[in-house]
Amino acid sequence: MLELSGIGKRFGGLTALEEISFRVAKGSITGIIGPNGAGKTTLFNVATGIYPPSRGAVLLDGKDISALPPERRARLGLVRTFQNIELFGKMTVLENVMVGLHTQSSSGFFSCAFRMPWQKSEERRVRDKAKEWLAFAGIAEIEGVEAGTLSFGKGRLLEIARAMALEPKLLLMDEPAAGLNSSETAELAELIKRIRDLGVTVALVEHDMDLVMDICDALVVLNLGTMLAQGTPREIQDNQAVVTAYLGEE
Amino acid sequence: MKSDKLKFILLCLVVLAAPLPFSQGYLTSVLVFVGINTMLALGLNLLLGYAGQISLGQAAFFGLGAYGSAVLTTRFAMNPWLAMVLVALCVAAFAFAVGFPVLRLKGHYLAMATLGVGVIAHIAFNETVDLTGGPSGLSGIPNLSVGGFSFDSDLKNYYLVWGFALAAILLCLNLVNSRVGRGLRAIHDSEVAARVMGVNARLMKVQVFALSALISALAGSLYCHVMTFISPTSFGFNVSIELLTMVVIGGLGSVYGSLLGALLLTLLPEMLRAFQDYDIIFYGLLLVSMTIYVPGGLVRGIPALYRRLMPARSGHA
Repeated sequence: MLELSGIGKRFGGLTALEEISFRVAKGSITGIIGPNGAGKTTLFNVATGIYPPSRGAVLLDGKDISALPPERRARLGLVRTFQNIELFGKMTVLENVMVGLHTQSSSGFFSCAFRMPWQKSEERRVRDKAKEWLAFAGIAEIEGVEAGTLSFGKGRLLEIARAMALEPKLLLMDEPAAGLNSSETAELAELIKRIRDLGVTVALVEHDMDLVMDICDALVVLNLGTMLAQGTPREIQDNQAVVTAYLGEE
Repeated sequence: MKSDKLKFILLCLVVLAAPLPFSQGYLTSVLVFVGINTMLALGLNLLLGYAGQISLGQAAFFGLGAYGSAVLTTRFAMNPWLAMVLVALCVAAFAFAVGFPVLRLKGHYLAMATLGVGVIAHIAFNETVDLTGGPSGLSGIPNLSVGGFSFDSDLKNYYLVWGFALAAILLCLNLVNSRVGRGLRAIHDSEVAARVMGVNARLMKVQVFALSALISALAGSLYCHVMTFISPTSFGFNVSIELLTMVVIGGLGSVYGSLLGALLLTLLPEMLRAFQDYDIIFYGLLLVSMTIYVPGGLVRGIPALYRRLMPARSGHA
């Protein structure tokens, strides 16, 4: 599904990522873990095209997408959520998800301004579809609320609903459990599993180890911008280098 | 949806009836300029209030529309309607071409670049004397006419200009409540998130810039045919600032706010004629105090004030 090959990223003299290579298998939930500053979010930014890589290539379904801007990658089915929640704060919850359906609709300036008949029916379809995704994320009852006023937990669910509206092949989630309490985290785990069951491949950066061990099929461990290990959750738990990176040497 | 339609129909009725109480032409002629300013404010509001991109050069597009129509109809005897359409399309194409490099800039840099566009256009109007008449202006511009009917009085021009202004309001209302409008507002709130959601932010910003230029150019064409005389002072930097004031005071991101802002800032100077030379100070003060005390603009400030006063009043009753 997604293949990162020899990714390097430098900011001036700082090397944020070096020689990162791994694959995210189709249909899996892959966790990317590592101590703070390991380069996890930078890796997501490179994968989604927010930063260009200094070196290496990003491949989606075998196709090199390294040079494509984020909006083109989104059209190809590569979508992400953000660590600090990037909602469209002045728009309603429903409108946020309708933006997620941007790629599945096509009305331009002219047909929107003149309310052409096909634009009206497209608008209805987009609205209905957006409501379905809100229901999927379990937040249908707040569709009219301004997104900027939502709690962190609800905002997170909205961000996931909005991302799912693109019907992605691969969903990258940057610390989805950050800021959630334990019952919200449990709901999130269920939601992520339901997303996988829809056939969407998921990759997530996460610090909540219970969540990671519960839902991930494969793990990649980063430390100081380099690959430390990869394998199943069980293998990683027993990996001495990983334990050292997290807890330090005795 | 129903109430939106009702609001617009109500506005149409008000516009239709507004000039009836005025027997003399003076106030009607002021209302003509309210209509033109409404179109200009609307163009800027699409760009600034919805897409969140500032332009301090809107007067350039207004001026290009006015001079384009004026030059084509006086020096080349072109049909004014044909000239209007041609000029509007050319100005939009020009804005599209300029927009690609300029709208890659953000914040202060974008403000400076669009300011530059405005200044260059103003210099061009002054210096291309052979074409524009330079600082002494261009006169003898024909009134618009349909068949044998000529728009040669304030009242006729009022209905002409407001026909265009109402159409612009309706089309903008449609636009902002649609896929395109949502895309623009998404860019405003978080450009990164919009792009990750598949919104082609770069293209949409340039498109809305071109649309705002198109509306401004149409307003310019109407202006030159209403005035029959134009000179560069009508398209200077202070005009761009006045437009910015209208949009901020009326309400950023509100179509009806553009109308309110244009109405207030066109009528006020007429009432403050005695302080003519100091009106720019007044604009500055108004802009600063409005952004501090009524950041949402009149369109949001008036209902908020109403809500604050109402419970007090019912308490006394």
